[in-house]
Amino acid sequence: MGVAHPTEIDIEPGAAAAVSRLIVVPQRRYGIWIGTAFALLLAFLIIRAFASNPAFAWGTAAGYLFHPSIMRGLGNTLMLTVIIMVLAIVVGTVIAIMRVSPSPVLRAFSGVYVWFFRGVPALIQLIFWFNLSLLVREISLTLPFLGTLFSVRTNDFMTPFFSAVVALSLCEAGYMAEIIRAGIKSVPSGQSEAASALGMPYRMILKRITLPQAMRFVLPPTGNEAINLLKMTSLVTFIAVDDLFYTAQSIYARTFETIPLLIVVAFWYLAVVSIMSVGQHFLERHFGRSDIRRDPLTMRALRNAISLRGLAR
Amino acid sequence: MSDVKSENRARFGVPADSMVFARGVRKTYGQLEVLKGVDLDVPEGSVACIIGPSGSGKSTFLRCINHLEKLSGGILLVDSQFVGYDLQGDKLYEVKDDLLCRRRAEIGMLFQSFNLFSHMTVMENLIEAPTQVRRIPLDQAKAEAEVLLRRVGLADKVDRYPRELSGGQQQRVAIARAMAMKPKVLLFDEPTSALDPELVGEVLQVMRDLAESGMTMVVVTHEIGFAREIGDQLVFMDGGVIVERGTPREMIANPTSPRTREFLSRVL
Repeated sequence: MGVAHPTEIDIEPGAAAAVSRLIVVPQRRYGIWIGTAFALLLAFLIIRAFASNPAFAWGTAAGYLFHPSIMRGLGNTLMLTVIIMVLAIVVGTVIAIMRVSPSPVLRAFSGVYVWFFRGVPALIQLIFWFNLSLLVREISLTLPFLGTLFSVRTNDFMTPFFSAVVALSLCEAGYMAEIIRAGIKSVPSGQSEAASALGMPYRMILKRITLPQAMRFVLPPTGNEAINLLKMTSLVTFIAVDDLFYTAQSIYARTFETIPLLIVVAFWYLAVVSIMSVGQHFLERHFGRSDIRRDPLTMRALRNAISLRGLAR
Repeated sequence: MSDVKSENRARFGVPADSMVFARGVRKTYGQLEVLKGVDLDVPEGSVACIIGPSGSGKSTFLRCINHLEKLSGGILLVDSQFVGYDLQGDKLYEVKDDLLCRRRAEIGMLFQSFNLFSHMTVMENLIEAPTQVRRIPLDQAKAEAEVLLRRVGLADKVDRYPRELSGGQQQRVAIARAMAMKPKVLLFDEPTSALDPELVGEVLQVMRDLAESGMTMVVVTHEIGFAREIGDQLVFMDGGVIVERGTPREMIANPTSPRTREFLSRVL
């Protein structure tokens, strides 16, 4: 600090002019230009192939777009997706909570659940549940002293739709459990520690502190899962549930308009997926609202948070 | 209730004005012994400051006080009562979670990393435990929260989220949140260690005000100046034991143990 620094620097007029004369020449990116040209050419070829090939029969496809059977199939597909997703989230949350529980038995149980239901292909689970009656003829509840309270023949309630719901929810729950568990783990341990110190019991901490914060991490992959599930429901065609794909199949089995009907099916799946993506965006914004930055002090808080993480290690 | 207290006082020789009473507190993690027998008395309305190098067990000891860590040995009484146990004869029965929670709610704790609930606004952070744990009506909880926020100088931040506050402001909110449960004692675990130097002062000021209002405080800190000014007793921990204790002024001026002397020369 011995040298006195001048508060202003005198700039020679000639030097200032020399500085302002300089021009920045952008780097030339030939690779990008070649790539762009190639992509455009490819797009043109694909569109031409689709538009000019009469086998696509775009007119026929358009005619089937709002066909009553197709609409019924679409309705069933949507219903299946919603019911299965809701059940999968409920079951998945329970499994995830067991997975982080202090009890080793609960942890092992949920571990085996995830291992099994994620490991066996969905189609095989689906056909297994559909054929449950081969394994169990009837389901009954018999209590000592009271006798048989009820008894149902498996075939009477294991309808294709019901087996589809059971099989795919249990399967999807395995994936949801992993997503929710990762979400719970991603909440810093200090949060539940502070809640404990305030006298909050374990269940309250889970419900009010950990799970709401886990939502932020859980939502994006859950959106992906819902989109996957929507498409996965097309597997129920194998057990004759009349979903979107099944109804389309039964039409083209009769009329041999295979490609136009597959286009109709693809169109509806794409349409629903697009709507779901928009919904996902708004949900994420809602749960991320504590992230919205309103004031520059955030940067300092962020810096603190980062330095804290360094200290914690 | 008071029966239990007077019984404990007679049996363990707890002073009448004791808020925190520790005798032979030990804590082991597997083979590792973190606390090797810690004795401490914190009288009601006094401030005890604990200093020591990192890894000396001071944070662990603090977490034993509100039973965030179970003791491996020894006894620890808060307001002449066990926190995590019920004493019957010669047996310490671990209490059920709801009772443990109720007792813990009377012991406030502040953390190095503030740990405000990041999905809640400042106001929501303050009323969460009073309304959920103590079942205080919402209006009353909000009114009390506003008084506390004024006290820590953050009345204008009620609707902000923690992320929008500076570290110092977050820690002051955390203090208000702890005070909202009207605790008997406040435990501070290095409350200013994560702060930028220019923000330390505002937090220490709030703590100073609390001490002057008669709050019992146990403070693990590296702020020797603060300990000298506010502390009624200073404790130096190293290697899981208390090496030296005394009044802050004397101990800082004339440490008797060479380890204390060495530590103080490094931090002062």
